Amino acid sequence: MALALLLAVLAPAGAAHAAPGDDQWGFRGLVRDGERKPVTGAAVAVESDGEVVGTDVTDARGRWEILGLAGPGTYTVVVKTGGKTYEVEKELVRSGTTLPVQNLVMSTSDAPAVQASLGDKLAQRAVSGLNLGLLIAIAAIGLSLVFGTSRFTNFAHGENVTFGGIMGYVFASLAHLPLLLAAAAATVAGAAFGYLQDLGFWRPLRRKGVSLVTLMIASIGAALALRSLFQFLYGNGTRSLTREDWGTVRLGPVVMPATSYVAMGISVAVLVAVGVWLKRGRIGKATRAVANNPALAGASGIDVDRVTRIVWVLSGGLAALSGVLLGVFNQVSYDMGFNLLLLMFAAVILGGLGTAFGTLAGAIVVGLCTEILVLWIPADMKYVGGLAVLVAVLLVRPQGLFGRQARIG
Amino acid sequence: MDWILNSLREIITPTTAAYALAAIGLNIHFGFTGLVNFGQAGFVAIGGYGFAISVTQLGLSWPLAIAVTLLLAVGYALLLGIPTLRLRADYLAIVTIACAEIIRFTLNSSAFASVTGGANGLYNDYSGWITGANPYPQGLVHLGPWTFTSTDLWIATVDWAVVAVVAVGVFLLIRSPWGLVLKGIREDEHAMLSLGKNVNLHKLQALVMGGAIGALAGILYVQPTSVQPFDFASRMTFNMYTMLILGGAATVFGPILGSMIFWVVMRFTDELVNAGVDAGLLDNATQGSQLRFVLVGAALVLLVVFRPQGILGNRTELSFDAK
Repeated sequence: MALALLLAVLAPAGAAHAAPGDDQWGFRGLVRDGERKPVTGAAVAVESDGEVVGTDVTDARGRWEILGLAGPGTYTVVVKTGGKTYEVEKELVRSGTTLPVQNLVMSTSDAPAVQASLGDKLAQRAVSGLNLGLLIAIAAIGLSLVFGTSRFTNFAHGENVTFGGIMGYVFASLAHLPLLLAAAAATVAGAAFGYLQDLGFWRPLRRKGVSLVTLMIASIGAALALRSLFQFLYGNGTRSLTREDWGTVRLGPVVMPATSYVAMGISVAVLVAVGVWLKRGRIGKATRAVANNPALAGASGIDVDRVTRIVWVLSGGLAALSGVLLGVFNQVSYDMGFNLLLLMFAAVILGGLGTAFGTLAGAIVVGLCTEILVLWIPADMKYVGGLAVLVAVLLVRPQGLFGRQARIG
Repeated sequence: MDWILNSLREIITPTTAAYALAAIGLNIHFGFTGLVNFGQAGFVAIGGYGFAISVTQLGLSWPLAIAVTLLLAVGYALLLGIPTLRLRADYLAIVTIACAEIIRFTLNSSAFASVTGGANGLYNDYSGWITGANPYPQGLVHLGPWTFTSTDLWIATVDWAVVAVVAVGVFLLIRSPWGLVLKGIREDEHAMLSLGKNVNLHKLQALVMGGAIGALAGILYVQPTSVQPFDFASRMTFNMYTMLILGGAATVFGPILGSMIFWVVMRFTDELVNAGVDAGLLDNATQGSQLRFVLVGAALVLLVVFRPQGILGNRTELSFDAK
């Protein structure tokens, strides 16, 4: 049933992807020196919102080509040669009179771009990292709540994030809803998706009384099936979640899209709300009781099945919200959630398995590491930084930063 | 009829053999010792890349290249195992899948493209040692209803010989006292501890052995083709779990049978997809191939829930199904 619903909603996305030439956005160019001779071996990169989205090196004739960009939008073309950096901002627009692939001629006799100082770049990256960390935290809290109540690591949680991102894309870009409304709709869809997963899948398995390892393997099977389904419906492409532009905000040296600050605000509000709910709310307290000892919680009159169901709904909704925010922060792709899942694991383990505050702190550390390390490691190895933190923590301090020093196992 | 014949041909292809071998390694982890390794693709990637880079860039002879590659895999297994094996099962699962992805991101990165070829991978100029020893006549070879190129058939022969040797080795090992300790750990770690067995050491040995077999599978996997980073995505590991549970975990022939059935079914559904494209039901074959992996995922879920012992397994011998 859930699948049919998903198919019905996503069908337009698949169709849009199949349109010919949809992926052929990009730039072609020529780099030459002051005497109009070609410059060979210059490093060319195309950036979008500070993220490198494509790279190339000029050939013997000074030519370069970066294709397969996400679509229309504002890009910065950065050329590095002879220790100097040259930047040009270019816009790709969808219209009848301009080509989706634009030509650029750059000359080294132009004024080089002013290099941002390391401190400024660090500040910029730190804010991005905080943004990423907060949205990892939202998703990771869902993961750890499910871990607490259903007693297994759900390897399909990343697909809930992707579901949110794709739903956000469907509502914002295909149904043309305003961004905030689209985010809310995607969150509700994610909560419903979580509910259906529990109803149609995990609850029957719990009833059957299958083991922890069986549940983990069932979850990788579900993850593979869902991820392939997303790939089938959405395609391999990466697209912006929305065309809405809220402008940028400059705070000291940090220039960020206004949406990023709104996203951070939403994240903090949601995290505080979940925290208060867990600490003070009736169901929140019951959730903690079930996580602590399900049998005892059941014996003291808590409806364990109901609490578990609520946790699945909450976890699906939080994951979807995180997916929307990630889609705004980066872009939407069929494997965005799977990549985030690994960072969530890093956050959960870094903080100490089963400690809510630890998960939040772990998520922020992982987010900051992931973004800041990009200053020194190549952008296409971005996630390696966050994952390396995970391995390092396990080597040195397996109970995590805030976990108790006890035998884990 | 052609469809069925084409599909059955997959039973002996080199890919099937390489997957079977990697699944045998995974079986030592998961089936016999109960270690949940979600990153076997990482070991296979180390095998494929380690061998290709040793031969083409370092100029090593093939026996030396295999030795270097296996040593790399052993070192990687120790790095994974030492911090995680004393923790709960989830930790190993998380760390293995994370490390397999670290390896893939790194190999795929343009930063090391001069060594790894980046996203393009590596061209095959490392398989001369195997193709040079080809005793079959040049050109096409007919085998029953199927036709193979001489090279493919020779690589398949070598691969299956390796699979046979390793399978016999695993059969003997599992019946040895060492193998019995592994099974004991899978059934009840604490009982083994109280018998005075060094549980962590045995787990580590199992992880190293299964990983080395995985790397050997990686070496075989890249011989008939080029090295492609995308091949070593987490999907590869999940395919192996499907094979393993389909054939029967904790059995010697389960992974081999599982790999054969898996690839026959994949080929058959591929033919179906192509027919669907021809009939205009699907846009293109790439899209259709995603649908096949939806089926693989669903099959894995159904198998692990309803028939965890697979075809050859014995339900009473499966602790991962215990309540």
